[in-house]
Amino acid sequence: MKNKLIALLLLCTPAMSMAAGGGYPNESADINLENEQSLRRGAKLFVNYCLSCHSAAYMRYSRMGKDLGLTDEQVENNMMFVSNFDKLDSGEPKKIGDLMTVAMTKKDAKVFFGTEVPDLTVVARARGADWLYTYLTTFYVDESRPFGVNNAKFPSVGMPHVMWELEGMKKKVVTKEKDSNGHEVEHISFEKVTEGSMTDAEFKQAMNDLVNFLVYMGEPIKLERQRIGIYVMFFLILFFFLAYLLKKEYWKDIH
Amino acid sequence: MTSKAMALLGWVDDRFPLTKLWKEHLSEYYAPKNFNFWYFFGSLALLVLVIQIVSGIFLTIHYKPDAELAFASVEYIMRDVPWGWFVRYMHSTGASAFFIVVYLHMYRGLIYGSYRKPRELIWIFGVFIYLALMAEAFFGYLLPWGQMSYWGAQVIVNLFAAIPFGIGEPLSEWIRGDYVISDATLNRFFAFHVIAVPLVLIMLVAAHIMALHEVGSNNPDGVEIKKNKGADGIPLDGIPFHPYYTVKDILGVVVFMIGFFAVMFFNPTMQVTDTLSLFIESPNFEPANPLKTPEHIAPVWYFTPFYAMLRAVPPMLGSQFPGVLVMGAAIVVLFFLPWLDKSPVKSFRYKGTYIRVALATFVISFILLGYFGVISATAERTMIAQCATVIYFGYFLYMPFYSRHEITATGWRAPLVALYSILTIGLIAYWWMNDEVSATLKLIVSVVTLVYTIYLLIIPAYVKADTVKQVPDRVTSK
Amino acid sequence: MSNDAVDTSKRRFLVALTSAAGAVGAVGVAVPFISSMNPSARAEAAGAPVEVDISKLQPGERLIVEFRKKPVWVVYRTEQNLADLGKLDGRLQDPKSEGSIQPEYAQNKARSREDRKNILVVEGICTHLGCSPQYRPDVEPDAGWLGGFYCPCHGSRFDLAGRVYAGAPAPTNLPIPKYQFINDTTILVGDDSAGAA
Repeated sequence: MKNKLIALLLLCTPAMSMAAGGGYPNESADINLENEQSLRRGAKLFVNYCLSCHSAAYMRYSRMGKDLGLTDEQVENNMMFVSNFDKLDSGEPKKIGDLMTVAMTKKDAKVFFGTEVPDLTVVARARGADWLYTYLTTFYVDESRPFGVNNAKFPSVGMPHVMWELEGMKKKVVTKEKDSNGHEVEHISFEKVTEGSMTDAEFKQAMNDLVNFLVYMGEPIKLERQRIGIYVMFFLILFFFLAYLLKKEYWKDIH
Repeated sequence: MTSKAMALLGWVDDRFPLTKLWKEHLSEYYAPKNFNFWYFFGSLALLVLVIQIVSGIFLTIHYKPDAELAFASVEYIMRDVPWGWFVRYMHSTGASAFFIVVYLHMYRGLIYGSYRKPRELIWIFGVFIYLALMAEAFFGYLLPWGQMSYWGAQVIVNLFAAIPFGIGEPLSEWIRGDYVISDATLNRFFAFHVIAVPLVLIMLVAAHIMALHEVGSNNPDGVEIKKNKGADGIPLDGIPFHPYYTVKDILGVVVFMIGFFAVMFFNPTMQVTDTLSLFIESPNFEPANPLKTPEHIAPVWYFTPFYAMLRAVPPMLGSQFPGVLVMGAAIVVLFFLPWLDKSPVKSFRYKGTYIRVALATFVISFILLGYFGVISATAERTMIAQCATVIYFGYFLYMPFYSRHEITATGWRAPLVALYSILTIGLIAYWWMNDEVSATLKLIVSVVTLVYTIYLLIIPAYVKADTVKQVPDRVTSK
Repeated sequence: MSNDAVDTSKRRFLVALTSAAGAVGAVGVAVPFISSMNPSARAEAAGAPVEVDISKLQPGERLIVEFRKKPVWVVYRTEQNLADLGKLDGRLQDPKSEGSIQPEYAQNKARSREDRKNILVVEGICTHLGCSPQYRPDVEPDAGWLGGFYCPCHGSRFDLAGRVYAGAPAPTNLPIPKYQFINDTTILVGDDSAGAA
């Protein structure tokens, strides 16, 4: 009876792993918004590898610089590339206060990738850090795909493996194992085919930095929000104390 | 007060009943002195209404009700507008807080019989407020123009399309102003959300409070304090609302604000797992895409009990309409509550055990339905949701039987008992025809439903009426 | 209800204390709401300094650029124009620009940087009710007009340094924005961080 009750409870738990597509389990990213170095490295990767196709159209260069402790000149010289300018025709370069938009139009994207290229400003809030980290680290060789790569987290994704130079290429290895109930389950692992400029550990660290940056960009105010929250809590607790004394004083009358 | 201020007040009073209003509604409004924890939620609901109106006005200053611009304008508020995130999170947290407070406020009404004579109209106005609030929340949720906004609205508006006789389809098109949710829908939902429904809401709240102050507040004992007046005409158990309940409600407000701001500053989306957030759902950080439905869509948590009921009812004759009907009935039945309760006493303190069992199972089933509405449906969950739906309705429909203090399954009541019993047996038979679910689960839901019906319908109707305790003349304790 | 043991001074004290705390809380909530109506990051970005190329600007000509959604005029004044500025003092409301807005380096007769007196950079918005005055460079000695700006809305007149004539409805001279020369032919409007370049 007890087992059945537990089984009953279990079937009430949400099937979270089903959400967001792909049965490949999430690996957890190490998110630390206080780590400015990691955020800067992530930002650098973002503007170098993502920002030519993906936009971050709600984020301003100046805000990123300010939050990451970079001067306007540093951002202008190291993070703003001509390839990201969407005003090339008008001859106007981007300014520090501009949004991180890209030149590629939706129509171009459809032609190049067969799908719309999503904006990445709030992608971390939609997908979650772990999903992004897993996605970025599970590209593998698949000649049947247009770009020759596929992804374990997001099967048949339209995106090429932009960071292959860093990671190198790997192939998918599927092994079949029996789980405790005797059901056959597929276990996916990877095997390196070509080496990249980074070691596996370096690449994982780099992707973690990138995800850390994406999480920051999803809500730039997060740290300050929490900091203000502490003050608000202290004030309200003080206020509670006063309100309590006041109430107690008046309610002496009531018998 | 200085004589000048007195003179000014006199000048105003000759032209506007300022002092009179102050006295009638605060300093000489006598409220029972035994209000407990549950009596905080009325004033808190008023506070949240103010929060929503003020934060809402400041959001409309920056928001753009245009399908091309809406999503970006929300992120603009979150990033570019100074303190915009504060205003937006206040509004989004306030929406959920409103329902938390209102649900607790309604629960208070249930346990202490605040809907009973002479407060039927207060209750009915209250149910209308709840309805207006649901409409307000529904229209508002479309405005961020995220994936959940879009598809949630799509599903709910399509409920109207389920209405038969050729009414449904044109009706849903009329609501949307288009064949799908579109810019036209967004624009009109914005109008409903920022002006039409708030006006109705404010008028209903005024009516709710006026009706309350006309008859006076109920209390945990369900004793009418106006029956025991002193020589000065003041109820012996009454105390002036101001200053006693103003200082007490301030305390309640501060405690509430601690919880409110804790959510707002530390977990504004109310994230409970990596992929599940209750107050602002994760898919809503993706702009609306009419070509792609999110993998799992669910309404915001406060609608999920009703959504679960909708899903629990199987389509009949190829139509979703029965589910829509059940969901609508779940709210309409609230209006009849004052006449369903036949107990000679108001407060559950002086009622017997039936009401306690009915109330406890009602709360459990409501929460369970809410939970099932959040997660995706399976055959097992649907069956449990069906059982919970029976218990939800049982609380109301069996009430004329289990709340009476005499056995009277006579007259028009006898066929009702027979009807309910047949429906229950029919449902159990339907469950046993289902092959997708294990026998254990079938057995559990069948037994629960059967025991529930026997205990709260058959026994009170034929065997043993509810026992009632003596209600004191005066309120107890404080 | 017995009032016998009521300590009114304690009550008054507690009411005052709680009210004060409440007022602090109310202000704390009001500040974010009121601040949210200030110019946003978008408005600030749109108000970023503007570079103006004046290589093609000829003496006597004017260029209009947009800075913070407002017209800013760049006028190339002739030597005659500059000489004329000195003749007007008696007819102006505030010849020394004591009541108007301008950077310190432009508070002089020409209302421009000393090293490039010919170039006037001025906001083209009448200080009366916000119309944009017309450029009237022609000197008409009969009418006593030595060139300047004329506002069609309510008839305010300004000289070629943006100084308002006495008797005009406009209360002050036209404001001069911050500006600096990046090189001989480029002005940066809205930024003077490089000092008197």
